[in-house]
Amino acid sequence: MPIITYRQALNDTLGEELKRDPNVLLMGEEIGVFQGSYRITEGLLQEYGPKRVVDTPIAEEGFVGVAIGAAMLGLRPVVEIMTINFILVAIDQVVNHASKIHYMFGGQVRVPLVIRTPSGGTGQLGATHSQSFENWFAYCPGLKVVAPATPYDAKGLLRAAIRDDDPVMFIESLALYDTKGDVPEDNDFVVPIGVAEVKRTGTDVTVISYSRMTAVAMQVAQRMANEGISVEVVDLRSLRPLDRPTIIASVKKTNRAVVIAEDWYSYGVTAEIAATIQEEAFDYLDAPVQRVAGIETPLPYAKDLSAASKPSAHSLIYAIRKVME
Amino acid sequence: MTVSIADLVPGASESGGDLSAATLREMFRFMLLARVLDERMWLLNRAGKAPFVISCQGHEAAQVGAAFALTRGKDFTLPYYRGLATVLVMGMTPTEVMLGLFARATDPSSGGRQMPAHYSHRRLKIITQSSPVGTQIAHAAGVGLAERIKGGDAVVWTSFGEGTTSQGDFHEGINLAAVQQLPVIFQCENNEYAISVPQKQQMAVTSVADRGPAYGIPGISVDGTDVLSVYEVTRRAVERARRGDGSTLIEARVVRLTAHSSDDNDRTYRSQRELKSMRLSDPLARFAAYLHDQDMVSEAEERDLRADVAAEVDAATEAAEQAPMPDPETLHNHVYAL
Ligand SMILES: Cc1ncc(C[n+]2csc(CCOP(=O)(O)OP(=O)(O)O)c2C)c(N)n1
Ligand SMILES: [Mg+2]
Repeated sequence: MPIITYRQALNDTLGEELKRDPNVLLMGEEIGVFQGSYRITEGLLQEYGPKRVVDTPIAEEGFVGVAIGAAMLGLRPVVEIMTINFILVAIDQVVNHASKIHYMFGGQVRVPLVIRTPSGGTGQLGATHSQSFENWFAYCPGLKVVAPATPYDAKGLLRAAIRDDDPVMFIESLALYDTKGDVPEDNDFVVPIGVAEVKRTGTDVTVISYSRMTAVAMQVAQRMANEGISVEVVDLRSLRPLDRPTIIASVKKTNRAVVIAEDWYSYGVTAEIAATIQEEAFDYLDAPVQRVAGIETPLPYAKDLSAASKPSAHSLIYAIRKVME
Repeated sequence: MTVSIADLVPGASESGGDLSAATLREMFRFMLLARVLDERMWLLNRAGKAPFVISCQGHEAAQVGAAFALTRGKDFTLPYYRGLATVLVMGMTPTEVMLGLFARATDPSSGGRQMPAHYSHRRLKIITQSSPVGTQIAHAAGVGLAERIKGGDAVVWTSFGEGTTSQGDFHEGINLAAVQQLPVIFQCENNEYAISVPQKQQMAVTSVADRGPAYGIPGISVDGTDVLSVYEVTRRAVERARRGDGSTLIEARVVRLTAHSSDDNDRTYRSQRELKSMRLSDPLARFAAYLHDQDMVSEAEERDLRADVAAEVDAATEAAEQAPMPDPETLHNHVYAL
């Protein structure tokens, strides 16, 4: 399998799906001439033209709404939102419309829409520019939410999302765009939505994570192995539907769990996972489930404050030690 | 149609209207200070000392002209991220700006919390914007509403780019201000680009000012590279607002002399020819030439002024770099009022 970046995996998949299906079109700010703020749409305007790669005005609520309208007629719009922070101005369209039209039509009309957007923070981007909101969408029945951690999953899940008949939030990560990994060349390879993966097997403790935090968990697992602690890493890959059986099977095996996510601690993804474990594997736990998540403040710009506010390898190691006590 | 001061005040382009020579020199100094400070921020970014820079270069005349029509310490400003020249005229010092850029504990805007270029200053009535563009437009209408309820006669001035007028906040904020006849001046700084997207892909009208009448308020397009024209247009809008006659939408046509921000390279979407020709519209060069012509600032005086301003920026940079970082112990401060 060729080794490519996460960015390249996304770019290839968009190109391949545009080629395969004339109903696929891309919409978003700066995706054409500029080739995307993070260069995910590089070369696509040139190849597929402005009817299929549409540079939009700065009007997220408007163009997400437009994409929903187009999707109802059978197009498969793939919308790029520059960062997840900016989708807040379009949240009514996503939560009240994309997710509910199929239901409110009594199942007669589908909305095969994909919204791609990077979540989470890198660098010092401040309070309204580096937040994690995938849990807001994972909360909403009618939406599917995926958040790949590797180029392999990025490709397989993006293809699955584009071919899916329901609206899918496709969560990317700025910090992962340059990471590399194996990706199959098969043009029909998909990673099914709603299926987690054990990314590393272990026997002492299960770390449950997704997106960038899976990359952190994998590094930490390697480090802990040197100390004689065997860590199993469950990468959720999809937040909704959530693959509860894979989580539970792992915890029943290791009897200890640490959940890590970049969003804020209260009401975040880690709370949902911890509750699931409590419900379905309580009798198997040798220690309370540990949660590692963001400090509950708006994200600061200052470097030291910013670093202190986010979960890290350091805080994960601390939690693993605690659960092993 | 884009108006200039010659249309507004006959003979003004020769005399600078009713502004004294001292005032014109002061305007020039602020434009120069903004430029030099802005250039310094880029150097700091390239040296790895500032993570993010976004410029006012090319917008200085539009901002200085407008801010000179406002009353410092009395009127409210809600500038957008290119508003460096605006906030300098309204009273922020270069040191305060640098403290924000370096995220120091003594940054008067937020103690190192807020992004740089999201300017604010409580005492100077400068109100911060957030990163999603255009949200300050509605806030400006709200500040105008409160000012009227409180019986004050301050006016509220806010700025934003032409791309931002595609956001719902633009429509909703201006519409409400117009319906309520609020004392708000909406300045659109039209540099014809939103990052790489040209104006014609953003809107089907040629001038943002055309939208004023659609809301029932005046919409005026002005040459934003001419500080005196912007001053005059804004002065009239301020008078109208203070009289209680309501809002005005001003489009200042400007050039963006830099990339969008320190994160992009505009050579990938602007032609060599364009990059060259926009230099001819540099508002600073234009005003300098005018002041030389009028014998108000000699070339020697301009050189001295530049040296002066550079020294001020050096001192500000040094003072801010030496200021303390916020203490991680304060991480939880400011989240709630109580
Ligand atoms: C809601 C939202 N969407 C997208 C962005 C990303 N963004 C930042 S600045 C910008 C362009 C703004 O262009 P314009 O309003 O013309 O102002 P200019 O930078 O040209 O002065 C965009 C798209 C954002 N900050 N907020
Ligand atoms: Mg612009």
